[in-house]
Amino acid sequence: MSETGHARRIVLLAGLGTGLAAPFYLDVFWLQVGVFGFAAMVAASGLNLLVGDAGQVSLGHSFFLAVGAYGYAFYAAEPETGPGAPAGWGLPPLVAVALAVVTAGLAGLLFSPIAARLRGIYLGVASLGLVFVGEHILLNAKPVTGGSNGRDVPALTVLGFSFDDLPGKTLHVLGVPFTRMEKLWYLGLVTAALVALFYRNVASGRAGRALHAVRDGETAAATMGVPVTRFKGAAFLVSSMLAGLGGVLLALAFRHVVPETFGVLLAIEYLAMIVIGGVGSPGGTLAGALFVSSLPVVLQRYSEVLPLVSDSPTSGGVTAGVAARFCYGGAIVALLLVEPGGLAALGRRVKRRLVGAPERLPVLSEPTPAAHQDQAPDDMAAVTPSP
Amino acid sequence: MEKLLQLLFSGVALGAVYALLALGFVIVFKATQVVNFAHAGLLMVGTYTVARVRTAGYPFPAAVLLGIAAAGLTALVVERLLVRPVAHRSVVAVAIMTIGVDVVLQTEVTRRLGIDIVSVGDPWQSATVELFGITVPQTRVAALVIAGVLLGGFFAWSRFTDWGIAMRASAEDHRTAELMGVRLGRVSATVWLIAAVLAVLAGVFLSAFPAPGVSPATSAAALRAFPAAILGGLDSTGGAVVGGLMIGVAEMLAQGYQEDLSFLGEGFSAVMPYLVMVAVLLVRPTGLFGAAEVTRV
Repeated sequence: MSETGHARRIVLLAGLGTGLAAPFYLDVFWLQVGVFGFAAMVAASGLNLLVGDAGQVSLGHSFFLAVGAYGYAFYAAEPETGPGAPAGWGLPPLVAVALAVVTAGLAGLLFSPIAARLRGIYLGVASLGLVFVGEHILLNAKPVTGGSNGRDVPALTVLGFSFDDLPGKTLHVLGVPFTRMEKLWYLGLVTAALVALFYRNVASGRAGRALHAVRDGETAAATMGVPVTRFKGAAFLVSSMLAGLGGVLLALAFRHVVPETFGVLLAIEYLAMIVIGGVGSPGGTLAGALFVSSLPVVLQRYSEVLPLVSDSPTSGGVTAGVAARFCYGGAIVALLLVEPGGLAALGRRVKRRLVGAPERLPVLSEPTPAAHQDQAPDDMAAVTPSP
Repeated sequence: MEKLLQLLFSGVALGAVYALLALGFVIVFKATQVVNFAHAGLLMVGTYTVARVRTAGYPFPAAVLLGIAAAGLTALVVERLLVRPVAHRSVVAVAIMTIGVDVVLQTEVTRRLGIDIVSVGDPWQSATVELFGITVPQTRVAALVIAGVLLGGFFAWSRFTDWGIAMRASAEDHRTAELMGVRLGRVSATVWLIAAVLAVLAGVFLSAFPAPGVSPATSAAALRAFPAAILGGLDSTGGAVVGGLMIGVAEMLAQGYQEDLSFLGEGFSAVMPYLVMVAVLLVRPTGLFGAAEVTRV
């Protein structure tokens, strides 16, 4: 066990300990920030696996989140809930979660004939189309989605344990009342931790190496015996399933889903998360997801003390949502200018300063600058060192 | 039949506007290998300026010139200070950076707009004109004429002037072009500037009748130029024009016959460009006229 290994362990344990203890100390606002953060972490891990490790740019991630969120609501809702209400299958919530994730994966597979053919920016813009088609479906498939009014999301129940407020039967743990948010916090924490572990293991294992080979050069990968199309399809499948899972968590946190949530802006936010966190970095994804998802609400909360941020559009200054967009838009630009590795690379820098550990050899999960060179291959670059 | 002709005409006119946008997107990519997602943001900056200057009481041409100046200046600042320093990095990294730029630009414009819809105050307003037996809005005729002149002007410029040849040379092979004395920095600034000019003029027509004015919906309309550029082929200027026309006609037809397409849901025409794009990409993964990718190991 090396010194950096120890440091990593300590950080992980501290993070997990804080996560477990937090509901006993935080008020409901911060719990909510956390729950949305966990949902974002799960979905962003999926996007980073696709963009960072497989080198496939997607601007359509919000579509798969929508499939997960609406899928869960549809599968879990009671069939007869009143006139005009969207339909449902009334399945046990846990089965509904699994089905929703599978449905999101199927949606990803349906898109894979396109994804397998296209590269780079072509794929990016094609997946952007997915968001618009998705929004159109959400607005028009009223029996399933409830149209522009959206639909309610049934609470999750696992083996009789309900992740919801039960009036009169509030659970008390060590004297702290456990309401919906506390329960969802733990659900989110466990899910996000498992997904992060899964992502890390996939990225550093055999499949990850194959994906990196595909990312760095498809022909070279194929020559080495990597089935390129299959791995690209698999990356899309896993990515959209994780997006679906994130969507389920998001739906549980929202309790009511509406189409506007899942627009282009959300897709861009997810791209912002992985760029800010660090493309191809499992740990960075978590930080980036928490940062981008919590920005608007935190800015809103402190709008009174923050300069320039106001709580209403009329009182001068900018609203929290607008300020948040400025922040993450600016953060993308600034990070790409000074530290393209994102927060993950910044963290490594800080750690080197503190621990004095030598810089590790470039590992595969860190894309080299030329890794995504997928357009206009430059034949001179092969013979002359690039500037 | 008359309806079909009307729709086709409107579609071609709208398509010409998309073509202006797609062309700007394509020439920036061709000459500098930068995929500029901030294109819609530049359009919003320029068009918003046009609308505000016009409502302040200045004549329309002056407003358009000021709008072009605003967007052009923004484009130059973005190109010099932000895109240039990272241009040697991967195509995708630069593309993501321009998304960041776009978020900032669009947020600022929509913040200033608030809930307003500001008219660009064009001289044509909602007037119509009788043309070959069909009645069409004057804005569509103006769009078609102006876009046609601009497109023709651009192609003549790129073919016959030194600047145009420099641009095409650096698009062909930027290293050799540099060795031959082409100033790549100047080429890059020029194409960004041209793209900004085209974007503002397109933006004016996207906000003129039948659209009510500049609003966040304008940027959604501008976004539809991306599928136009992609389906024509990201590195083909001719493809941008063909792609723009296809998208425009498809959108107008879907809009005109939406009663017959009602089973596809309301507002289907807004999705149409993306469906056309996907259909084309399934058959030709690099667009209709895009260069097939050369793979080297």
